[in-house]
Amino acid sequence: MKKRWLCLFVENEVGVLARISGLFSGKSYNLNSLTVGTTEDETISRMTIGLYSDDTTFEQIKKQINRVVEVIKVIDYTDLPTHSKELMYLKVLKCSEAEKTEVFRFAQVYGVSVLDFNKDSILLECVRSEKENDKLIKLLRARVNSPIEIARGGSVAIEALQ
Amino acid sequence: MEISGAELFVKALKEEQVEILFGYPGGQAIDLFDALYGKNEIEVILPRHEQGLIHAADGYARSTGKTGVCLVTSGPGATNLVTGIATANYDSVPLVCFTGQVATSLIGNDAFQEVDIVGITRNICKYSVTVRDRKDLGEIIKKAFYIARTGKPGVVVVDLPKDIQRALGDDTYPETVALRGYKPGSTVHEGQIKKAIGVLAQAKRPLLLIGGGVNIAQGQKEMKQLVESTGIPVVTTIMGKGAIPTGHPLYIGNIGIHGSYAANRAISGCDVLLSIGTRFNDRITGKTDTFAKDITLIHIDIDPASISRNVKVDIPIVADARKAIELLMQKTSRLDCEAWLCEITGWKEAYPLKRKKEGLTPQRIIEQINHSFQNSVVVTDVGQNQLWTTQFLELDENRMMLTSGGLGTMGYGFPAALGAKLGNPNKDVIAICGDGGMQMNLQEMATAVVQELAVIVCIFNNGHLGNVRQWQQLFYQKHYSSTCLRYRKQCKAQCRNPGSSCPPYIPDFVKLAESYGASGIRVTRPEEIEAAFQIARRNRFVPTVIEFMIAPEENVLPIVPPGSPLTEMIMDSEMEEVIL
Repeated sequence: MKKRWLCLFVENEVGVLARISGLFSGKSYNLNSLTVGTTEDETISRMTIGLYSDDTTFEQIKKQINRVVEVIKVIDYTDLPTHSKELMYLKVLKCSEAEKTEVFRFAQVYGVSVLDFNKDSILLECVRSEKENDKLIKLLRARVNSPIEIARGGSVAIEALQ
Repeated sequence: MEISGAELFVKALKEEQVEILFGYPGGQAIDLFDALYGKNEIEVILPRHEQGLIHAADGYARSTGKTGVCLVTSGPGATNLVTGIATANYDSVPLVCFTGQVATSLIGNDAFQEVDIVGITRNICKYSVTVRDRKDLGEIIKKAFYIARTGKPGVVVVDLPKDIQRALGDDTYPETVALRGYKPGSTVHEGQIKKAIGVLAQAKRPLLLIGGGVNIAQGQKEMKQLVESTGIPVVTTIMGKGAIPTGHPLYIGNIGIHGSYAANRAISGCDVLLSIGTRFNDRITGKTDTFAKDITLIHIDIDPASISRNVKVDIPIVADARKAIELLMQKTSRLDCEAWLCEITGWKEAYPLKRKKEGLTPQRIIEQINHSFQNSVVVTDVGQNQLWTTQFLELDENRMMLTSGGLGTMGYGFPAALGAKLGNPNKDVIAICGDGGMQMNLQEMATAVVQELAVIVCIFNNGHLGNVRQWQQLFYQKHYSSTCLRYRKQCKAQCRNPGSSCPPYIPDFVKLAESYGASGIRVTRPEEIEAAFQIARRNRFVPTVIEFMIAPEENVLPIVPPGSPLTEMIMDSEMEEVIL
């Protein structure tokens, strides 16, 4: 099992997202994250899919996706040089004064933006790679015991310049 | 000129040369039916249930090579198509299904007879789409036919909201389609073909495995030529049967869990396997880790996703079966496999498919069909009737077999036979059904009678859901759980001995046929088979139902037990297991 990344160009039509996500659920393929948005051509959408699988299943997944009529192109990003970022919001709730100070310090050291705060909560925003976001959550949890509400957007990726 | 969506729909059908439309009207399809009214170029067949309708369209498409077209209303009309869509798509049958839909302004409102049929069918068809704008209608219908019949053929669902049917718009129907994401390949990779030929030339025990892809590509003639020019012996899957005549000296038989001993042994003993148009479904491989082990596997398939999915392939070739066969033929020469062929012939002679000598057996009936109907289409239902047919029916250029191989849909046989008869009025069309499956689409007897479709319906009546009963007998300690169709309230709950004291069977198929105006015959002894077929042939305008009273515990043999490799077969009901 290995982490894989796929980039899909699909027709920007009703139901295409359902077709792709339905393919994963219908065939019991693992799916970690899926993001979708428009491209420079408004008739085409771009999807970034992150998943864990073995080699054989991954080959089959690529073939099955390619078979979908609305899919224009599939690129395997797993071993390509790419840039990839995920938007993540962290809402730290029910903080004591000491915890609040700790969270501000955390934000300063790790370069995380503080969007807002009130008497016992802080809202953070980070745009990092998925792995870095995982790490940030771990680090923050190690510092505060407060409950944290997490909203992650899934990764968006693009090939690096040559 | 401006015309309504419904009128453009009819124009599109004409442009696509649709001669027969299988339709069932309803509130949200009424405009489409109105546009069809009085248009003599398109014959509308009205079955009695949408499931029968789509199986009929499927039988029509399979037996003619044309695209089958269905038209039903929204909601229940559309959901009744679902089984038929999955059945056809699984076996790569080209169908275009039009479904009425509530007006676009009502979609999502839980309107009367509203259902998201595009969502429901998304995972069981090749493409499905709702027309949301009248200006896209022509292009979408054009795309639908193109997608259904090209590449690996399949089912396309086109959902037509009521307001789109009524809206006025452009009357042009496009001549071409442009699809960025769908480009069915038409070339064959020559390098891979060369590699395959190199491997074949070195083979000591080469074998050809033919699947349904060869029949779909209409490559039977080329297939026979390739077999004859190379001398490679042939085994088939159920769907590939008939790709070369079954009487051909190089034809061994079907492989799989009900395959013949010689075919299963050959596939387990070959050194190079050239397989064309099969996805190595679990019914043909048995236990996959032992299937075709230590051999070089060449696999030709139009669908890249079928390659290396169930078994690992050494030389993959993505191509249309017929084109690949043509190229192989140009480049291969005769292989020396006399010794190998002798070995296979030995197995064939030592363990032929068993034929009981006594009584009214399915084998005898099918052998009489082989004898009596030269120019024919034989359509099976699903279960033991199907398996016996795939074992004993002889196929050649003049006799073809249709069967629901992938989905295994009970109730398919009879309505599909009606579609086959509509497409082949000059051929004898024979449906072979069990008494269980026959009752799943029995209502189409009315369609057969009113359309004067003189199909011959052979019901193998063993009073059971025979295939499940057989499994219960062999692998579930004879627990005949819910498989007896003679069961009445007064029967003891755990009966293991069906026999002559069982309650009478219902329905009385003979009387039932007669009540519809069809002809009904009951056959209880082997001597009556031929006479029954003679009567049936004389019925030129009405269907004939022949009920064959076969033994309740007749089994399909040999059988590979579940989870076993192909080399472990049960050869007779006394559980004599032959381990190769």
